[in-house]
Amino acid sequence: MLGWELPPHNSGGLGVACYHMSKALALAGAKIDFVVPYSAEHDIDFMTIHSATKLTPLERYGLGAYDSKTVINKALSAADINNLKDMRGVQKRYVRYVERWVKKHRPDAIHAHDWLTMEAGMRAKELTDAPLIVHVHATEFDRSGTENGNPLVHEIEYQGLMMADRIIAVSNITKSIIMQKYNIPESKIEVVHNAIDVASFNDGYVYDHRTYRYLEALKLEGFTIVTTITRFTIQKGLPQFIRAAARASEKYDKLAFLLAGDGEQRDELIELAADLGISDKVFFTGFVRGKQWRDAYSVSDIFVMSSVSEPFGLTALEAAHHDNALIITRQSGVGEVLNSIFRYDFWDVDVLADQIVGIATSDALKNELKNNVLHEYIKISWRDVADKCLKIYESIKSGVTA
Amino acid sequence: MSSRGIVLYLHVHQPFRVRKYSVFDTAVNHDYFNEQDYGTERNNEMVFRKVADKSYRPMNALLQQMLDTHPDFKVSLSISGTLIEQAEAWAPDVLDSFKRLVDTGRVEIVAETYYHSLAFFYSRREFENQVEMHKAKIREVFGVETKVFRNTELAYNNDLAKWADNYGFKGILAEGWDPILGWRSPNFVYKPPETNNISLLLKNYRLSDDLAFRFGNKEWPEYPLTVDKYNDWTNASIADQPLINLFMDYETFGEHQWEDTGIFNFFESFIGKWLEGPENTFYTVSEAVETHKPVDEVSMPNTVTWADTERDLTAWLGNNMQQEALRNLYNMENDILRTGDIDLIADWRKLQTSDHVYYMCTKWFNDGDVHAYFSPYESPYDAFLYYMNAIRDVRFRLHNDHKTGGLNG
Repeated sequence: MLGWELPPHNSGGLGVACYHMSKALALAGAKIDFVVPYSAEHDIDFMTIHSATKLTPLERYGLGAYDSKTVINKALSAADINNLKDMRGVQKRYVRYVERWVKKHRPDAIHAHDWLTMEAGMRAKELTDAPLIVHVHATEFDRSGTENGNPLVHEIEYQGLMMADRIIAVSNITKSIIMQKYNIPESKIEVVHNAIDVASFNDGYVYDHRTYRYLEALKLEGFTIVTTITRFTIQKGLPQFIRAAARASEKYDKLAFLLAGDGEQRDELIELAADLGISDKVFFTGFVRGKQWRDAYSVSDIFVMSSVSEPFGLTALEAAHHDNALIITRQSGVGEVLNSIFRYDFWDVDVLADQIVGIATSDALKNELKNNVLHEYIKISWRDVADKCLKIYESIKSGVTA
Repeated sequence: MSSRGIVLYLHVHQPFRVRKYSVFDTAVNHDYFNEQDYGTERNNEMVFRKVADKSYRPMNALLQQMLDTHPDFKVSLSISGTLIEQAEAWAPDVLDSFKRLVDTGRVEIVAETYYHSLAFFYSRREFENQVEMHKAKIREVFGVETKVFRNTELAYNNDLAKWADNYGFKGILAEGWDPILGWRSPNFVYKPPETNNISLLLKNYRLSDDLAFRFGNKEWPEYPLTVDKYNDWTNASIADQPLINLFMDYETFGEHQWEDTGIFNFFESFIGKWLEGPENTFYTVSEAVETHKPVDEVSMPNTVTWADTERDLTAWLGNNMQQEALRNLYNMENDILRTGDIDLIADWRKLQTSDHVYYMCTKWFNDGDVHAYFSPYESPYDAFLYYMNAIRDVRFRLHNDHKTGGLNG
């Protein structure tokens, strides 16, 4: 398994998905060697973790793995393997590590996650002839939120998708991007939606009303709290969310908006809220972790996923678990596994505003949404994800021996 | 004289669906039923024109032909007030063809609420108003008096029967549901408890649903349903009994079951085939209760409908959104009626049509049977959202135009 991060050293959903998928696979009997590009302690005993470099996780964050704006323009051959301040240098080191390792231990299958590890995956396939599964959690189109993105990253993704024996997409939305933008035949792609590990939330957590005390006071006054928890990047569609907040507030004033997270758009969003005259209703928390992070879900009544392009969107399931009514863009994959939600197109500010006001002004609607979605997300388990992965491993193993 | 007959009863109805009506329309635009987008099933005119082509025109032509060909053929129709209004606006020829059917004297019109509402369960006064309105409209359009009553969705209980009896109806329609009937057959006339002159006709749901729901279903083991097979079933079912009550949506013919399923040809051939039996005939609902005396009393203290496996009202009133929607609507009754504002009252009544709350049903999600859910909205939540925005606008009009009512909620 070739990945870029695992909790607690993760900056986003990729690490969480890799962790739970690996754990479920291990429980189902798979023996997993998981390669990460940094060195750190993980409290993980169900698989062997390999560190490809001596970097600390924090140093690796500095590389901006998820930020399309970071300059990534070198072919791997041109990268300096000794320059661990350069993304490409780290990736080159990662590939080198994988090369050495597979020469000694031939895997039954190589499972590579996203463009970050695709080159290593292709190299491992070349050396061992083991089948390559490329798991797409996000493409460069999703990360950049535009048609452009980084050409070199596009190129790596294209090669990886071409070379892969099978491709796993986390949603039908992602599948169609892979087909349309990368011209990959449908028959090669399998959709395996992510899941949520409900058990991991049962860790004795109790909501602390003091964390967001001001919001709690507003709730006592009859306010409805509308939340999003995300990175503030163009992919997430947050300016439209702020505009909808302003539109909704025109019709109903007992609304407060909580934006938990951080990112390069933060200042722009603060400014936009001020321009629209709703600064007093919009709350920016900065990056939240642990208790603050969970309490943000708990204080919230309505969770909005405003993404322009979201391959899956695990946070929506987390929000549902913490008793939120969900409003999700049609451009978010997680909507494919849920019925009891509102959907809108990310640009449609008035529709989002209408839905927010509708929920805030009807307890019946709010409770129906909350209660019904609880029955839906719980049906999606990592066990099922693991079963689907194992089936895919099996299907190509037999194909390759021929 | 023939001794046994089919009571064919077809229900004709279209609602005024609420458009994508947002909070930004509330208190600004009052055109709830006027969806501009011609490409959606919320556009009432588009739906009506489509169903007229697929169902009303070809089926009325076929019914006319059957009446002309077979002197013993008869049929009963319930036509909602909202459907008549739509036909007047968008397809007067369809209404004319219904009139020609009624003019034969062998097509009976069944009474119901004008707005196809669940008013019986909320306001007896409003319910009676709507029954009166429907009677008047039928008199005006068709020149006939209704004598037999059916309630919206065939929602029936003992209280309804007592009301209909007191009101002067001589017959009333209900579902022939096994848990109520026990060993008894729906193929007889029955009497509701504590009534004097009214008779109860019970739907034979097996034979009705063979046509309404299963006819074109290729997964059904009995597919394809041939005329001979169905004729055998009906003859076997009726044996030494007087009636078979085939009750279904009119739109079964051409809309629920498309023409390419062969439903029209089947219907035509079956009528002929059935009437080949020397004892076989057809009855209108009135003839059925005049010709045959009740054989027993059937009691339904709890409301029974013709919907779903539960045969109850949960598809309309099963969740909190549905209950909240209708509670808000009926809470305005006194204020609305007092205004005397004809447009406002009509809009308020159009919002009573049961289809609106049906679109808010969420029980299909729990059953995992999402495809059973037919709606012009993307989800039940959208249906509720637009509906509540419209309710708020009605409340705004009360407040703004008539200085009455509160604006709460």
